[in-house]
Amino acid sequence: MIRIKEDRCDFCGTCVSVCPVDCIELRETVIKIDEKTCTDCKLCVYVCPIETLEFVDE
Amino acid sequence: MSDHYDVIVIGAGPAGSMAAWHASLGGAKVLVLEKDRDIGLPVRCAEGVGAAGLQSLIEADPRWIANKIEGINLISPHGKRVHLANEDFGYVLNRKLFDNFLAEKASKAGAEILTKAYAEELLFDEKGDVNGVVFSRFGKRLSLRAKIVMGADGVESRVGRWAGIRTQLKLRDIETCVQFTMANVDVTPSDCDFYFSHERAPGGYIWVFPKGDGIANVGLGISGEYAQYQSPLRYLEDFVQEHFPKASVLTTTVGGVPVAPTNKQIVKNGFMLIGDAAHQANPISGGGIVPAMVAGKLAGQVAAEAVQTGDVSAAFLKKYERQWYKSEGNTHKITYRLKEAVYKLTDDDLNKTADSILSLPEGKRTIVAVFKKALYNKPSLILDALKVFKMSISEVFDPLS
Repeated sequence: MIRIKEDRCDFCGTCVSVCPVDCIELRETVIKIDEKTCTDCKLCVYVCPIETLEFVDE
Repeated sequence: MSDHYDVIVIGAGPAGSMAAWHASLGGAKVLVLEKDRDIGLPVRCAEGVGAAGLQSLIEADPRWIANKIEGINLISPHGKRVHLANEDFGYVLNRKLFDNFLAEKASKAGAEILTKAYAEELLFDEKGDVNGVVFSRFGKRLSLRAKIVMGADGVESRVGRWAGIRTQLKLRDIETCVQFTMANVDVTPSDCDFYFSHERAPGGYIWVFPKGDGIANVGLGISGEYAQYQSPLRYLEDFVQEHFPKASVLTTTVGGVPVAPTNKQIVKNGFMLIGDAAHQANPISGGGIVPAMVAGKLAGQVAAEAVQTGDVSAAFLKKYERQWYKSEGNTHKITYRLKEAVYKLTDDDLNKTADSILSLPEGKRTIVAVFKKALYNKPSLILDALKVFKMSISEVFDPLS
């Protein structure tokens, strides 16, 4: 699964722009991934400019 | 606030404010929804803009200009500098004040603007066409109807997706960017520096845009394709350590820039997409301010006409799309091809390009010459470069924003 280090997030929306299944909800200072929809494709992890997201192998 | 508008614009960046301004001038009743608490903040931009492009839209105003740029330096991996001078290259903006200025224009023309207004979903009529917006503000959830809704919500473009338009970017079509606004940066105050190196900024470039008084925006973008190996943050930390070890970081800015051709679909019945949300930034420079303003102005004008004639169908709104392609969109198709080639050059290729440019007499060192040398083994792309750069250097080399 993808884990978000929320304390590090700048809420810039780069991850949202590449999510193929539109499962990242971003508000002014809140970010959430809908785990049910997420396919673990990791595109969001790759494009985050400041390493906010990580893939955790369960 | 009323309960029905002609046009609701989601997002108050340059695209949204220009659209609201021009739709209002055309007589439409306009509302702008901005999710953040401040127009213009947080800044997600390198703040550089070409003078020609900007001045075709509004008069430059000292209130939001941080610095005038009279030269650019293209710097190769081995540190050779190709200097191009033009006293009218462009400006480094103060984006917060610039965005405020555009929002003020929209407001004075009659548009209503709400900050802290977070769009939650779109409303649709029985035929499935967009006809309103649901948004939340200070704990209240509100629904408003509109004849036309515009998505100007930036690179993430949730609004476009709600309208049923596919706006997702491929990794190769996004630049992931980090920038430090730094103090105590020793650079020529009137020059913007661009560093090109596959090793130091793969699939992108590094910029140093001085804002005066030793302050500069120092940032870089790398292609999403390469970001999985190392984040732009690490690349930038390495660069700053090497070039400006004594400078301090005042602000950190991060974000993604679409470097794609314009999105395939940018209008639907009662719906228009503008700016980064429509992938209208210049694909080779990543410059997005002027294209967003052009698109916003065109969209605003067409929206006002549509409201006046009572026809908000996609067929009518396509007038905006046609005008966009005539103005910038077709050029972006070519610059996208150039980007694909240029950002694949190895550091060796880039060094050779710099050396051969520097062997030319100074008067012959132009952007076109740079592209001719860089793409010497790709004649069809040289023709593309000639087509694009015949327009104007500063229009095309509108720095990343």
